[in-house]
Amino acid sequence: MNIYNIIEEIEKVDPDFQDRISPRRAAIKNITSFGSKVAVAALPFALGTMFKKAYAQTAASAAVLASLNFALSLEYLEATFYDTAVATSGLIPAANLAFIQSIQADEDKHVTFLQNAITAAGGTPIAKGTYDFTGGGKTTGPTGNGPFPTVFSNFQTFLAVAETFEDTGVRAYKGQAPVLVGNALLTSALNIHAVEARHAAAIRYLRTSLGYATVKPWIVSPNSSLLTTPDKTGVNSNDTGITQVNANYGGSTSITTASPFIPASPENMTTQNATATSATAAPTGGVNILTLPSVESTTSTSVAVATAAFDEPLAMADVLAILVPAFII
Amino acid sequence: MQAEQLLNNNNGNMARRSFLRYAGAGVAGVGILAASSSCHKNHEVSANVATDVGTGDFGALNYLYVLEQIEAAFYKQVIATPYTGMSATELSFLTDIRDHEVVHAEYYQAVLGVSALNVTVDLGPIDFTSRATVLAAAKSFEDLGVSAYNGVALNIVLPQYLVVATTIASVEARHAALIDLLLNVNFVGSDQVDANGLNISAVPSVLLPTINKYLKTKISATVLS
Repeated sequence: MNIYNIIEEIEKVDPDFQDRISPRRAAIKNITSFGSKVAVAALPFALGTMFKKAYAQTAASAAVLASLNFALSLEYLEATFYDTAVATSGLIPAANLAFIQSIQADEDKHVTFLQNAITAAGGTPIAKGTYDFTGGGKTTGPTGNGPFPTVFSNFQTFLAVAETFEDTGVRAYKGQAPVLVGNALLTSALNIHAVEARHAAAIRYLRTSLGYATVKPWIVSPNSSLLTTPDKTGVNSNDTGITQVNANYGGSTSITTASPFIPASPENMTTQNATATSATAAPTGGVNILTLPSVESTTSTSVAVATAAFDEPLAMADVLAILVPAFII
Repeated sequence: MQAEQLLNNNNGNMARRSFLRYAGAGVAGVGILAASSSCHKNHEVSANVATDVGTGDFGALNYLYVLEQIEAAFYKQVIATPYTGMSATELSFLTDIRDHEVVHAEYYQAVLGVSALNVTVDLGPIDFTSRATVLAAAKSFEDLGVSAYNGVALNIVLPQYLVVATTIASVEARHAALIDLLLNVNFVGSDQVDANGLNISAVPSVLLPTINKYLKTKISATVLS
């Protein structure tokens, strides 16, 4: 194997190759010392990794870029939402300001991070949209006439909308994970996903602490005896007490047959994906959580535990159907 | 080295565990083989030889399964011997978390079937009577869990298994935030969320020393990055 030849060959079809690997150019020049440190057998691996890293920076697939821009559209929504709230005098009680500002800061950072990631991956970040946080959009009349007209004048309403955004954000990021399998951006996306989940739990905790609702930090089915049929409308999955956001907790309407990647399922299901026979074979069927052992019983788990212990994904089309044009005009 | 490779290259965990389970002298035999190959490491007795989580997606899921077993054991003890002054609200939250961790572990076992790596947890000297100690331990377990889920995800190839892991990962993050709130510290504190607003994450090799502190039989993850 002649490494010099490989690099020359690549340069013939890609004149920018040296620039792509510029951080590693020194390593290429000093290929002798590079080689001496890497076992000969591992050299193809080292080269493969080097090439992969060089090109991953610039050649993300259309699907990955679409996924990142989708995430950015959600972060714009959330960042604008919290920016507006913090700038609205009289909305957030002084005692809760730092709490909300923590979330605001994260969402603003997510916007910047994703813009940079999309640019670095060779894409163009989408522009910030126009929003109606009352949820009216263009569907139910003039802007500002949605189901949450007091979103920026009543702290209870604000937190209710915030909770929905955060819970939906968690589902949306989770729905994009399969698009990013094997891509370094998967880790970043999941790291944002975890922060959105922290926000969701915190908002839920705050709503209950202030006596505005009785929700847990996790999403518990409000129906203790579901779910024999998929709860597509979300009525049995939405525990927020706000019926207008049932769809945010519902199943996929864009996926008509069960997808192994994004279950056509509501937020709270009692059968989870994947039973498997080997590490490389695609799983089939599912695991009925209700029949798993628990502390109370060797043969069953309650619906409340089964639903709260898992957060289900939602497909991009379904997230957009919920948010556009109601919130994103 | 050869002995380790021999074990790790074993096609799947099932065969190896069956071997360990059914061969009375199996554990000792493995210990001798591995000990002879790891002279540069600390000289531990053969019983402490690490069991590898395995390769591929099952390796990643087994690694997460081990974490869930530790968390389940911890919260079972928390509820069995409540700390002094545990409020009804705290009892309710911590019982919920216990039940979630138990079902997570059971779920992984169901998914992994015969490949599931069952471990014996050793929680060590945690003072379960102290609220501060228990909640601090809970915080470290939850933060570790979130970091581990995100850090192992790139090892997962099949989207279906990625879905398995991510449906649980965000619930761990919810737990982490709740424990922070009970401790009256920031739920997105700079110890866990970086300057880009991203939760920190770490690959198995970074977290294994911490994880192994809570295991009687240590684990390794030689193939996971």
